[in-house]
Amino acid sequence: MTIHQWLPLLVIASSLIPGSIIFFLGEQQIKLRTALNLAGAVVKILLVAFMLWGVSINQDYQVRYGLVEGLDFALHADALSLLFVSLAAVLWLLTTIYAIGYLEDSPHRRRFFGFFSLCVTATTGLALASNLLTFLIFYEMLTLTTYPLVIHRGTPESLRAGRLYLLFALTGGAILLLAVVWLQTLVGPVEFSATGSLAQTDPALYGSLRLIFAMLIVGFGVKAALVPLHVWLPQAMVAPAPVSALLHAVAVVKAGAFGIVRIVYDVYGAEFCRQLGVMIPLALVAAVTILYGSLRAVYQEDLKRRLAFSTISQVSYIVLGTAIAGPLATTGGIVHLVHQGVMKITLFFAAGNLAETLGVKKVDQMRGSGRRMPVTMAAFTIAALGMIGIPPTAGFVSKWYLGIGAAQADQWWVIGVLVASSVLNAIYFLPLIYAAWFASPPDAWPDERPRGWFETSPALLFPPLITAVLTLLLGVLAGLPISALDWAKLIVLQEYAP
Amino acid sequence: MDAEWAMTGLIMVPLAAAIVVYVTATRFVAAWGVAVAMLQTGLTFSLTRSILQSGPVQVPLGGWEAPLGIPLYADGISALMLIMTTLVGVTSTCYAAAYFSSLQRDPRRSSSQPSIQTFWPLWLILWSALNALFLSADVFNLYVTLELITISAVALIGLAGKAQALVAAIRYLFAALMGSLFYLLGVALLYSTYGTVSWHLLAETVQPDVLTWCAASLMIIGLLLKTALFPLHFWLPAAHANAPAPVSGLLSGLVLKASFFVILRLWFYVFHPVMPASAGWMLSVLGSAAILWGSIQAIRQQRVKLMIAYSTVAQVGYLFLVFGLACEPMGMLAWRGAAYLAFAHASAKAAAFMVAGSLMYMVGSDHLDRWEGIGRREPKLIFTLALAGVSLMGLPPSAGFIAKWLLLNAAIGHGRWEVAAVIVLGGLLAAVYVFRIIGVSLSSAVPMPEVAPVPRMMRWAPLVLAMAVIVGGIVTTEPIRLLEIGAPPIAAREVAP
Amino acid sequence: MTYPTLYAICGVVLFGIGFYGTVFCRHLIRKVMAVNLMGAGVFLVMIALAARTPSGAPDPIPHAMVLTGIVVAVSATALMLALIRRLHHQTGLTELPDQMEH
Repeated sequence: MTIHQWLPLLVIASSLIPGSIIFFLGEQQIKLRTALNLAGAVVKILLVAFMLWGVSINQDYQVRYGLVEGLDFALHADALSLLFVSLAAVLWLLTTIYAIGYLEDSPHRRRFFGFFSLCVTATTGLALASNLLTFLIFYEMLTLTTYPLVIHRGTPESLRAGRLYLLFALTGGAILLLAVVWLQTLVGPVEFSATGSLAQTDPALYGSLRLIFAMLIVGFGVKAALVPLHVWLPQAMVAPAPVSALLHAVAVVKAGAFGIVRIVYDVYGAEFCRQLGVMIPLALVAAVTILYGSLRAVYQEDLKRRLAFSTISQVSYIVLGTAIAGPLATTGGIVHLVHQGVMKITLFFAAGNLAETLGVKKVDQMRGSGRRMPVTMAAFTIAALGMIGIPPTAGFVSKWYLGIGAAQADQWWVIGVLVASSVLNAIYFLPLIYAAWFASPPDAWPDERPRGWFETSPALLFPPLITAVLTLLLGVLAGLPISALDWAKLIVLQEYAP
Repeated sequence: MDAEWAMTGLIMVPLAAAIVVYVTATRFVAAWGVAVAMLQTGLTFSLTRSILQSGPVQVPLGGWEAPLGIPLYADGISALMLIMTTLVGVTSTCYAAAYFSSLQRDPRRSSSQPSIQTFWPLWLILWSALNALFLSADVFNLYVTLELITISAVALIGLAGKAQALVAAIRYLFAALMGSLFYLLGVALLYSTYGTVSWHLLAETVQPDVLTWCAASLMIIGLLLKTALFPLHFWLPAAHANAPAPVSGLLSGLVLKASFFVILRLWFYVFHPVMPASAGWMLSVLGSAAILWGSIQAIRQQRVKLMIAYSTVAQVGYLFLVFGLACEPMGMLAWRGAAYLAFAHASAKAAAFMVAGSLMYMVGSDHLDRWEGIGRREPKLIFTLALAGVSLMGLPPSAGFIAKWLLLNAAIGHGRWEVAAVIVLGGLLAAVYVFRIIGVSLSSAVPMPEVAPVPRMMRWAPLVLAMAVIVGGIVTTEPIRLLEIGAPPIAAREVAP
Repeated sequence: MTYPTLYAICGVVLFGIGFYGTVFCRHLIRKVMAVNLMGAGVFLVMIALAARTPSGAPDPIPHAMVLTGIVVAVSATALMLALIRRLHHQTGLTELPDQMEH
């Protein structure tokens, strides 16, 4: 095997190995555990950076291993997978730092960090998977490794949330499995390829292919929280803040959205999807999800629940961009994969800081929090403005491309959806920002626990700060050749290649 | 020559050891067990390598050819079954050694518990009989080994000594003996028609006539009773759940597979050309019913060991799906799937039972509500249970996933949507009971429970087994290649009605 | 109808009676006897079928099988009796209770 084959495996191993070792360490070997975790995260970023460089000069990284005939385990680093892997690698490092600070002195940290690493392993594998089967393997692994994180606290409430999560995720996985096997019996093993590989299928099978498409979308839609499959997501908010952050920004929700992108572009092919007539229904589902999520978010009193409904809505931008299927809309959808991740993780970090430091969990308790925790709330504000889509944040870039993409594809109703959703975003974010900065703080915070010299402990403070700066940079520097936008354009160029 | 020694050794070594430890009543009986386990590992390895290199092996024992001698035969599937037996056997041996020595040291327990001196000879005889069964080349020998397995297995359940266990053992013994006698009657009819008991010769001469069908039905009904296929599973849950900790895993993992292996052999190597497709189809309908019924019963149980035992009822159902799916073009997939599932289930189920045994030893009960929060005290054991559960649910990466994938592929390839639906639904139902245990055990609603100490080996042995199941989902090329050696001729057959 | 066929049918009938007894008798000792009756039925079938050779000389192989079968039956019966004795000793039961799973 050459280094080009090893590299995808190494990227996965960089979190799998530390994760596995952590289970065998003692609960109190904190230093060693932290070192392993951080080392793994840094190594992963370096490896991914190396791969990014390689792919940009057309280096091919792939590895294949036959399990049973017609059943290959295959990894391949294409442009789309690298976009997702980079996001996962960077946010994993930040979330790990955050989690170390967040979980200081709480029990069962070994279990937490072990599964945390495994969860990232599954996400990375999912990103690098080069056929449906490999994708499925990591998709199910993701379900299994996030369950212990969701129920980490072990309270009856979190156990209930865990059950709900499993109910949805495993049923979705089962439908996915059926769809994948069915597809395989019809057309043979399905490899991901730019522009898709099903266009040449016998027209007699179109009916089956439509049904399979629907099953695949349901299977991925469960994790992507498409309405009405979103029920588990707000409940899963009982998990510790770093888990929610990771769940919403990279791991679970994104895995579903990423799966849908893969199905539409790399399995069916956008053109073929349109031919089958499955794009409009998908766009409608996404639009309904966007509006429903935003609408529900407005009425949530609990901060994390409000963010959860916001995620439901925001992730469907990716699906919407995918379903409109013009080069520009696709660019918007794919780049939102990164942008939403960075912005949402900032919001969750900030929400976690409020809860950990001040005991603030409800939105009406946030009054004056900007004066007590200026850095946290500044990060929160930037990310929230990004969610609304105000320039020059990252969110603006995605929405801009989605909008002009819709116009290009003559789907004018989509612009209406985007505008309505942005208005709703403003309705549920702006009052918070206003209250945080301009209202006077209460006499006493619900449960204040000062941590160190800064407004909170550095491990909790710097991750949201960094992601907030990233939110700005991704927006301001979107035109530069190394930006996420530029990379998304590269992907789109490949997907729409003749 | 190598293979011959290995085959003979696999049967004779545990048998000889059983006699030695029984007659000498040595104090170092566990050491004998471990020594046998090590030898068995080497012999299995050597036999498997020889089969991989030079195909199936036939050995006339002591140089006596059939019909006078007792021939042994090993092909790919026997090798896989032997690997399964060795894997489960070695880990169970280590587990049992720790379990019994810990019992002996604890004066409060030793009075009510089975004596270590009786466990070892019985287990070694069981081991020898299992190996002999997987290596048998004639149907009468299969009868003898089946009986040896039954008798030693029943006695092992009886070791638990409690009335519950005795009742379960007696019920099991009656069911199993009845099954054996049905089988033996079938053998008699076969011999009267064809004048041979070698299944190779039978396979060449078998004709589709009434007497053959009678013989086949009798044999298979008897074996179904022993394999506990729904609705003949009535004896299984109590027997497997009430057996002593190291025994439950052996029963669910290995003993059931023995009679299933005989059905596989007879069906695919002997009777396949003459059996009507509807018969196979009926077996897979029963299998589907078993999956649903077993899983639902497992969900309803309050005792963990009963839950795992009902899960066995369900998993046995998966094994029988192959009989309805074994026709071209996907027949080979189904056959491999079933054989691999037998292996996957044996390891996963034995690991699950060992975990249950360890936790029961610590808590003093296997009632689920007594296990609340136990996972916070014993994360390794619960982690092991979760790994085994992954395979039982058929999720990747695990041997169970590969097996279910193959079965599912065959089902959908034949357009058998109802079977595909049952396969998938069974996995989801398994998730319900597996995660029910895990959820309860991770609950923080109660203070961390106080538990009795347990020997380290009772944590490690199941973990090793569960890891093997996971590895079996990654390293699949060799086992699948093994299954192609001496694979049955699944001829082009019509798809069942 | 030849003698061997008669014996064989007889054996099958015995097997049937034994099967009925094993399933429906409640007393454990009766069950043990019924199982043994089943066994005897099978052995009788085998002995009868040993006359299959055209020369009239009996085929030795079924005899060998019956001998093996008897050995197995004896040990199984011993085990059954031992378990039943132990159950009776512990609980006074002479029948299997209907539900003992829980």
